[in-house]
Amino acid sequence: MQMPKPDQGVLARKSRIVTRLRAVLPADAVIDAVEELRVYECDALTAYRCPPLAAVLPRTTDEVAAVLRVCWEEGVPVVPRGSGTSLAGGAMPTADSVILGVARMNRVLAADYDNRFVHVEAGRTNLSVTGAVEAEGFFYAPDPSSQLACAIAGNIAMNSGGAHCLKYGVTTNNLLGVRLVQMDGTIVTLGGPWGEPSGLDLLGVVCGSEGQLGVVTEAWLRILPKPEGARPVLVGFNSNEVAGACVSDIIKAGILPVAIEFMDRPCIRATEAFAKAGYPDCEALLIIEVEGSEAEIAEQLGRIKDIALAHDPVEFREAADEDQAKRIWLGRKSAFGAMGQINDYMCLDGTIPVSSLPHVLKRIGEMSQEFGLDVGNVFHAGDGNMHPLILFNANTPGDLEKCEAFGAEILKLCVEVGGCLTGEHGVGIEKRDLMAVQFAPADMEAQMRVKDVFDPKWLLNPAKVFPLATSAERRAG
Amino acid sequence: MRPVTEAELAEAVAGASGPLLVRGGGTRTLGHAVGEVLETGGLSGVELYEPGALTLVVRAGTPVAEVEEVLASERQRLAFEVPDLRGLLGREGLSTIGGVLAANASGPRRVQVGAARDAALGVRFVDGTGAVVKNGGRVMKNVTGYDLVKLMAGSRGALGVLSEVSFKVQAQPEAEATLIVEGLGDEAGLAALRVALGSPFDVSGAARHSGRSLIRVEGMAGSVAYRVRELTARVGGEVSVVEAEASTRLWREVRDVAPFHGRPGEVWRIATLPTVAAEIVAGLEGQALWDWGGGLIWLLLDHGRGAEVAAAVAGRGHATLVRGEGGPVFPPEAPEVAALVAGVKAKFDPRGILNRGMMG
Repeated sequence: MQMPKPDQGVLARKSRIVTRLRAVLPADAVIDAVEELRVYECDALTAYRCPPLAAVLPRTTDEVAAVLRVCWEEGVPVVPRGSGTSLAGGAMPTADSVILGVARMNRVLAADYDNRFVHVEAGRTNLSVTGAVEAEGFFYAPDPSSQLACAIAGNIAMNSGGAHCLKYGVTTNNLLGVRLVQMDGTIVTLGGPWGEPSGLDLLGVVCGSEGQLGVVTEAWLRILPKPEGARPVLVGFNSNEVAGACVSDIIKAGILPVAIEFMDRPCIRATEAFAKAGYPDCEALLIIEVEGSEAEIAEQLGRIKDIALAHDPVEFREAADEDQAKRIWLGRKSAFGAMGQINDYMCLDGTIPVSSLPHVLKRIGEMSQEFGLDVGNVFHAGDGNMHPLILFNANTPGDLEKCEAFGAEILKLCVEVGGCLTGEHGVGIEKRDLMAVQFAPADMEAQMRVKDVFDPKWLLNPAKVFPLATSAERRAG
Repeated sequence: MRPVTEAELAEAVAGASGPLLVRGGGTRTLGHAVGEVLETGGLSGVELYEPGALTLVVRAGTPVAEVEEVLASERQRLAFEVPDLRGLLGREGLSTIGGVLAANASGPRRVQVGAARDAALGVRFVDGTGAVVKNGGRVMKNVTGYDLVKLMAGSRGALGVLSEVSFKVQAQPEAEATLIVEGLGDEAGLAALRVALGSPFDVSGAARHSGRSLIRVEGMAGSVAYRVRELTARVGGEVSVVEAEASTRLWREVRDVAPFHGRPGEVWRIATLPTVAAEIVAGLEGQALWDWGGGLIWLLLDHGRGAEVAAAVAGRGHATLVRGEGGPVFPPEAPEVAALVAGVKAKFDPRGILNRGMMG
């Protein structure tokens, strides 16, 4: 993975830059010791590492503005960081950059149940937003699988999804407003607790801009009343085609499950060996979860059962109680861990039209043979968001490169069938160089023009999202 | 001008020598833009419809009525309930799907499923230089690059002319019912809506006008009956229930602001917090229709009340003049936001020819 050469001028001015940062922040908020900076050398895309020039951990929006103003004046790139759980390298630094971590900004500023929103500082973790409102019977819907650790700031940067977005949407559909600090230190409020934009929907383009337009310090988030209950069923099929058809029929019938998860045979076998959830050994397995009162759950599951049985499954398993429901989810929730037991893995998240599912799975199987690397598929079937896990051995020379080449082929296939490179993880550095597969130069030019307005010097997270050659002129200033 | 292909549209914009007034059906255009009319109605037709994937890709000039007909043939619909504002604004013509997204036009179901912007999956458009740009796509989860789909939604043609849009669609529910709550004043009637929206009973409409609060639930028959019972026990007032077509009619009236049709005066559209929605209206003494649980106020006032409206809403929402003469149509933005808006417009339309003056 190529990153731009660090600016030697910035490296040479390190002590002056750190001194200026110390002048605007409390002593414990500036980190410049080499050994302490190693914490920030990567995010969850651990294959690539580079310690930053310095890291800052401000506690207020004004401190964020002060830091950015210093960096803007000094021409120092800034890499915003939530909790560092990005799988795409969204928070990976360069040697000449300052990491701006928002983790210390984690307060709940207001919880308004009557108007159904919560106002939080952006360093707060996803799950603890729900934690702050659940006593009143509410929750925050987007639930990325890293929700215990990941920060709202990162969720907004990547427009994070989760297992339940079939019903509740992704971050952008649950985000009402933000306070954002621009690279030159200007503080703006976009949107607000009422949710409806008053003019251009700048909030909509900030969400998912991967920390390239500004640093989000506060957010107004929609909260929803918790459903009365939820219950999954498990359906096993001996063909991916039939499982795909079953998903399509459920959706067409107007049933809206909160989640439809899909696992293929390699993934089922790996999780069985690891978690012993008692899954059937079949080609494709669906976990379908519905919500509501007892009667509503029964009504929906009855309808789903009729549809599933018409497709002749090898098994249709209902959960009689909470314990059985947990066992149905057990294998799915252990899938990543199970694959990790076997080997190192790379997780992709391209999205495809649901109708292309059987074709794409077949092609991935063929490519797995060609590349000589195993792959398991576990994904959100209702919305076509794939999660192929490619297994490789990081200690075998050349294996990582082979794995990346295989991954790139899978993502090209996703685009070819009408889908996209990434459904919820973001582009970061990982998929940066594949952007031209999905977008024509004019498409990327239009996106980069938005950054030109928010960050004319291209100092915020500059070496991400767009292929380096495409953004070179702008980054050079 | 009325191009019939995207290439013709691009040529028309690139070759324009003066301002252009971009128009779909012209049924919900706001503001005072002037210029040579550029109609999108020639770009019509469904490109792709996959009911099993809830996906529709359609050319931007396609009439909404045609889109709704195509979806209805598979018992599906646009989830966000497109308002028909012809009666309110005194317009004629056929609303286009591109115009709907350009206005982010969203009806009562916004409280449950979001706005037009939330259902939009992808766009193709011609920017002010004549370049064709695509963004998003036809899949439900897509974070590849910046989300210009949201930026284009509600931009009212100021950044580019839409040529194609894709939407996530929704199955029609098998049953629908509406609780009509009477005998409550505005403050208590709006509180009843908030109780309903704060419950787990998945309310898909919460509105109030003419002294009645309306609460809608949709879904499977058994579930609708259950939720009607539970809500009736919680909201207070005198509750009666209507179902099916009688319920649909009530929500069409709310969606289209029917109580104001043919009534003289200025119409304001106010986005605010539900808890202050009664107070804002009481202070201004106009006639109101509240939607979105109070988060949206349609307010009918005498001429020339702009300053009072702005003062009543300041710091707790914003107001747009949708029918009337005086004052700016769109609310002014804070200076630092206005600078960003101006910057984005200048990038997408450097000559400043697209719907100049429409959004201020």
